[in-house]
Amino acid sequence: MKYQDEYRDQSLVGEALEEIRRVVTRPWTLMEICGGQTHAIMRHGIDQLLPTEIELVHGPGCPVCVTPVELVDKALAIASQPDVIFTSYGDMLRVPGTGMDLFTVRARGGDVRVVYSPLDAVRIAQQNPQRQVVFFAIGFETTAPANIMSVLQAQALGLTNYSILVSHVRVPPALHAILGSAHNRVQGFLLAGHVCAVMGYHEYPPIAEQYQTPMTVTGFEPLDIVRGILQTVRMLEAGRVSVENAYTRVVTYEGNRAAQQTIQRVFTECDRKWRGIGVIPNSGWRLRPEFEAFDAEKKFDLQAIHPEESPLCIAGQILQGLKKPPDCAAFGVQCTPESPLGATMVSSEGACAAYYRYRRPGQDL
Amino acid sequence: MSLEDGPLCPLPLPHSERIVMGHGSGGKMTHDLVSRLFLHYLDNPALRAGDDAAAVTAGNGQRLAVSTDAHVIWPLFFPGGDIGRLAVCGTVNDVAMLGARPLYLTAGFILEEGLEIGVLEKVVASMQAAAREAGVQIAAGDTKVVQKGKADSLYITTAGVGVIPDGCRIGGAQAQPGDRVLLSGPIGDHGIAVLAARGELGFETQLQSDVAPLNHLVQAMLEVSENIHVLRDPTRGGLATTLNEIAAQSGVCIRINEASIPVRPAVAAACEMLGFDPLYVANEGKLIAIVGREDAERVLETMRRTRYGEAAVMIGEVLPSPAGRVLMSTRIGATRVVDRLAGEMLPRIC
Repeated sequence: MKYQDEYRDQSLVGEALEEIRRVVTRPWTLMEICGGQTHAIMRHGIDQLLPTEIELVHGPGCPVCVTPVELVDKALAIASQPDVIFTSYGDMLRVPGTGMDLFTVRARGGDVRVVYSPLDAVRIAQQNPQRQVVFFAIGFETTAPANIMSVLQAQALGLTNYSILVSHVRVPPALHAILGSAHNRVQGFLLAGHVCAVMGYHEYPPIAEQYQTPMTVTGFEPLDIVRGILQTVRMLEAGRVSVENAYTRVVTYEGNRAAQQTIQRVFTECDRKWRGIGVIPNSGWRLRPEFEAFDAEKKFDLQAIHPEESPLCIAGQILQGLKKPPDCAAFGVQCTPESPLGATMVSSEGACAAYYRYRRPGQDL
Repeated sequence: MSLEDGPLCPLPLPHSERIVMGHGSGGKMTHDLVSRLFLHYLDNPALRAGDDAAAVTAGNGQRLAVSTDAHVIWPLFFPGGDIGRLAVCGTVNDVAMLGARPLYLTAGFILEEGLEIGVLEKVVASMQAAAREAGVQIAAGDTKVVQKGKADSLYITTAGVGVIPDGCRIGGAQAQPGDRVLLSGPIGDHGIAVLAARGELGFETQLQSDVAPLNHLVQAMLEVSENIHVLRDPTRGGLATTLNEIAAQSGVCIRINEASIPVRPAVAAACEMLGFDPLYVANEGKLIAIVGREDAERVLETMRRTRYGEAAVMIGEVLPSPAGRVLMSTRIGATRVVDRLAGEMLPRIC
């Protein structure tokens, strides 16, 4: 784990910061897409060390945050059924649906289990043939291959008691939504390194060209992020529009071809609603009809879902980079990680949680 | 709730009705449950002090430290320890953190029908070894058996009593501006070792839990300084939560330096993978000492000469303000707030 030392080295990070200060001549607004990057920025305090000209706004790249409340409610309904073992990545347990979360379901007797990999959920299905095992398959391109592998493995094992509740979203349509908005103020993007590890970055040059916005594939350590910012600022200052890669130790232009082909085989594109933002056309994936037997939405009767959102939560505007967490009146008051109003306060990738957890010395609540 | 109700509508408080796992995390939810429910009904000055052990006075004026701790852990045996060693050390350490010399423990066992006697025997033998190492006696006990399925194998509750030396006023409220913050060794070993032993998260490690009795370390420290103001073992909720408790109790700011906090590579790697922060991972054999500046070096040197303090380091200092806050200088030179653990620590998604 050498990267933990070298990519967090104060003098290396300091050199890159110095280079940004040297290059920058005017204000620029950059968006980091990925919530993992938002957390790294706040955790290490990168924003404090940037020249004042650079403003970072935080993007929608938090799978927990953008999962629509309808789907959380569907998860709650499925998990509440007595013959079901509901499995999920840990983060989803705290996300509020209408009136409760998965922790509440568990406290009321539901069998809700945290798994680290969807393949663990398949194993649980094997061990419990008399019960339905459902995995909450959320995420961006990053988690799609693993979630799909669980379906393919269940199919190979002939399991009829395994299904996934799919809420998959993709980054490129979200970029179109943000850059195409009349309110957009983002001038450059840090692309999500782990999404690009799977997908490569061949999808992005046309978007950069269409909106005349430079982008840099960026990693997650402090040095990665500062270098991603530096490359983006260099392009902005030079008036150059391109997609560059500052995460070459992980990401190639083509990405992981085998993973992409598997995604194409099992998933098909669909419109998806993003929590707090609304429906973005072709922004998600769902199971292809030939995999319907593994689709929890087809397997369970989920008619009686009436989702309600907190009227106080401004997560939608935060996820689009229009506002920042402290702009919200409920931030840190009615809305805290123990009692969140929106998913952005919950997830380890949510912007509100990052601001709350790593807030600044002078910033009292 | 509908949009028309506006901001006056009742806000969801999802976990005020039933106990959820977060209430047992040792973080904010635990703190709120204790202060709003237990303290509300059971309030008294010793309890209100909010330390891991309570200081009480016997009829003859002798001050005693008393503490109790319930132990539920799965698996019962893990690298570096087991529930028996944990049950003894947990209470010994709580008593020692008032500067007291622990003398006697009691142990209550809740056993699930069907538990193998051999397993119980192994646990009790381990308790004996830990008690001998700590120099305490388990002077009373109780056994209850519950039907299969009504408990998970074996729970142990221990209570302990120790003598507080005359003039010793160690407690969470005693930190003063100018004090130095010492830590007895690397953090996160116990939490990650137990997590790995569960085998659920698909990683293996050579890591051992640090579970150990710290009373001899405390005695050695007390022999060289009368300026030890606070002692605390950062168990559930980790270093971050414990420092926050002290900052709140003492009404001071604690400023720590990220680069000076020791974390073993295996712990750091597991935390990176799971999305955990080592600052919040449990320890069972570490202590934080807040010591007057003039004695800090001497206490540190003494700690380093003991078995359980050989990797002790200075990690920060106490400032007057902002009161109740823990601040951290990050490795790359920025400063941020370090908060308590909010609820249960959950593995991240990607």
